[in-house]
Amino acid sequence: MIKQKKKYASQSKREAASLAGSYIVLTILALVWIIPILWIVLSAFRGDVGIVSPDFIPKTFGIENFKRLFTGTYYGVKYAFLKWMLNTLIVAVLDCVISTFLILSVAYCMSKLRFKLRKAFMNLTMIIGLFPGFMSMIAIYFLLKAVGLAGNTSSDTAWLNIVGLILAYSAGAGMGYQIAKGFFDVIPTSLVESAKLDGCTNFKIFWKIILPLSKPIIIYTALMSFTGPWMDFIFAKVIIGTGSPEMWTVSVGLYSIMFGKQADASMFTQFAAGCVIVGIPIVSLFMALQNYYVEGVTAGAVKG
Amino acid sequence: MSDSSPQEVKIKDSSIFVRIGKGFANFFTKSIPNFFTKTLPGFFVNLGRGIKNGCVRLVKRFVEGSIGTKLSHLIFGAGNLYRGQIIKGLIYLLLQGGLIALFVGCPEVTGPNNVKVPIGYKALINLALKGHEAQFNPSDPANPIPASSSQLMLLFGLVTIGLIILYVIIWNSAINSAVAADVDVKEGRKPSTFKQDLQALIDGKFHVLMISPTLMAAIIFTLLPTIFMICIAFTSYNDLDMSAIPTALFHWTGFSNFGSIFTGEGSLGKEIHARFFPVLGWTVIWAIFATFTCYFGGIILALLINKKGLKGKKAYRTMFVLTIAIPQFISLLAIRFLLSAEGPVNSALKAWGWIDQSISFLGLATSGNNVLLAKVMIILINMWIGVPYTMLMTSGILMNIPSDLYEAARVDGTSKIKMFFKITMPYIFFITTPYLISSFIGNINSFNTIFLLSGGGPTVTDAIGNAYRAGETDLLVTWLYKLTIDNGDYNTGAVIGILTFLFTSTITLITYRHSKAYKEEDTFQ
Repeated sequence: MIKQKKKYASQSKREAASLAGSYIVLTILALVWIIPILWIVLSAFRGDVGIVSPDFIPKTFGIENFKRLFTGTYYGVKYAFLKWMLNTLIVAVLDCVISTFLILSVAYCMSKLRFKLRKAFMNLTMIIGLFPGFMSMIAIYFLLKAVGLAGNTSSDTAWLNIVGLILAYSAGAGMGYQIAKGFFDVIPTSLVESAKLDGCTNFKIFWKIILPLSKPIIIYTALMSFTGPWMDFIFAKVIIGTGSPEMWTVSVGLYSIMFGKQADASMFTQFAAGCVIVGIPIVSLFMALQNYYVEGVTAGAVKG
Repeated sequence: MSDSSPQEVKIKDSSIFVRIGKGFANFFTKSIPNFFTKTLPGFFVNLGRGIKNGCVRLVKRFVEGSIGTKLSHLIFGAGNLYRGQIIKGLIYLLLQGGLIALFVGCPEVTGPNNVKVPIGYKALINLALKGHEAQFNPSDPANPIPASSSQLMLLFGLVTIGLIILYVIIWNSAINSAVAADVDVKEGRKPSTFKQDLQALIDGKFHVLMISPTLMAAIIFTLLPTIFMICIAFTSYNDLDMSAIPTALFHWTGFSNFGSIFTGEGSLGKEIHARFFPVLGWTVIWAIFATFTCYFGGIILALLINKKGLKGKKAYRTMFVLTIAIPQFISLLAIRFLLSAEGPVNSALKAWGWIDQSISFLGLATSGNNVLLAKVMIILINMWIGVPYTMLMTSGILMNIPSDLYEAARVDGTSKIKMFFKITMPYIFFITTPYLISSFIGNINSFNTIFLLSGGGPTVTDAIGNAYRAGETDLLVTWLYKLTIDNGDYNTGAVIGILTFLFTSTITLITYRHSKAYKEEDTFQ
């Protein structure tokens, strides 16, 4: 009896110890994960303006970097940062609307409708998806340039670069239908069939029955396509990087401040300030829609 | 064992590595011979049968059709007009007229340097990429005036081939629609009106409405560029060769660009000969490490966070999701600056007296780089990016493990560690195999981590000290980027792209066909 008790006691002691261990490990890990981000934020609020500082915590604090960022002229563009933010917002909103529409409609067809070339389409998208995107990237640039939607440097036609970028972003979107298809697959087909018996058209089934049930995946898809243009810089750099700096997106702009033709190491703190400004809306969106995001990620894991 | 399920799970798992190994062995002993003895002949038999059936159908359609249907073989929409479907018939007619006008008329498009390049049948002739010599430039003899642009000639040639395929598709559709009208009349119905056809788009033919935008966009922005770049791999198109002969013209070179990997010939042959296998090797090592470090790291983190009795699960999870939400060009560049020669990490190490000289963590210093250190650092930093993602994913899966599996094991007095290896891991493996494969492929093509952290450095130089474009940490995909976008070595870049495709598609085929989720889809359901 006493032995038994002792055993329980030692067991609960061990469990408590392992729990404490978990807290310590998790806290250390969380710190490791947060340090780079914290450092960028601290650098943005550094009192003095300039290059990467050897101190982790700045000696003085201030908002000088933000002031300079918003009023500064970069690459000969006045108030460049504000313009870049606005450009990115326009691209993100339009890309979000077009891409979400394309992805959901393709996913629905692949999941719930059966037609002649369905398998062929799915195989084609899979095979094309295995080619590295960077291979065709330059060809897409050539193509857009050939029709005047990329590489425009004069201020009259520069806005066409933005149109080109939106096209380039949203054109390939429909091929990334797999996660949404996985979601639609789970919706019982009997629902569709019984609606069909009631005389519903396929359009009505999609619009009135499937979409209202699909809020999580709609939000996930919209979130991904809206944040895409803020996150991506390499595709944007290829498509609009050679055009007028006035029409850059914010990621291309910020990258060019640090590494572009007129790069300057002393811009670092302003770069950090820019990162904070870009990060805030994206992070808050992610935080607000965290559950939907997790749902999408989990669905993607199982479906591949 | 009172309950067989944990045992069963163990047997079924028999380690994914063994299965992937077997997969590779099978690939060489079975799949390849099978391909030549069964798949390929089977494909041709099917193709032959398909062609035969198609021809029979074609003849039958022609013989049995009404006069309108017969005419439709020549004049699109004739059958529809004959049956009173005026609008539909006119649309077909217009499409045919337009395509033929385009094909015969050969409208010219003005490209760079004011060269004019035609679409249409002339574009097909231009596909040979021949017969355009640069014109003598009287004012500047060293710089001849380009007579044409091979780039556009190739592009328009491909577009014209696409238009021909489109013509055949419309031709077939026009005849089919004429036959449908015939059938309607024969069975005593009125041929469908234009309004009915439109209504069909939201019901019976809903998929046409829904998929065509994506299909068109995919053809123009994905398929066409991909085929264009595949063609480029077989040409002499690169800035180096074309600036040597300033004509904006390139020509077909067959497989010589691929041969350069082994022979080192051609203007860029040296680079691809010297660097291809090292880069491929590092890409494979990187992909293996990046995939499995993030995978196991993520699972361990998920187990930690989901530990029974741990408080603040949500807060911890949110902390890690935060890092996913930060754009990678921000977080990776932040880490790059943190670790830079003048950055806080090196300064702190110096201040504590641990080092005298800054450590070049990412191989970015001009000299004295430690290649191994850079590679290890990149793999570690990649965990920073990848672990939270796997954590999120496996958290969901962990919660779904049937608890009776654990109950049974507990009754048997199985230790926790044993339970982890015999229940938790096999279960997670089972569910996430497709993810593991796609993340392996994703890591082969992982651009951001390498490009933003090390930029491919440290550089590799040849015998006489010239830097190659591909550095020590360059992956195939970052090399491809440097070749095409930074340096204009389009043909060499395209070769790398095609080889990457062959590599990733082989892996996908082997692993996916041998994965449990693919074979035993319903085991755990």
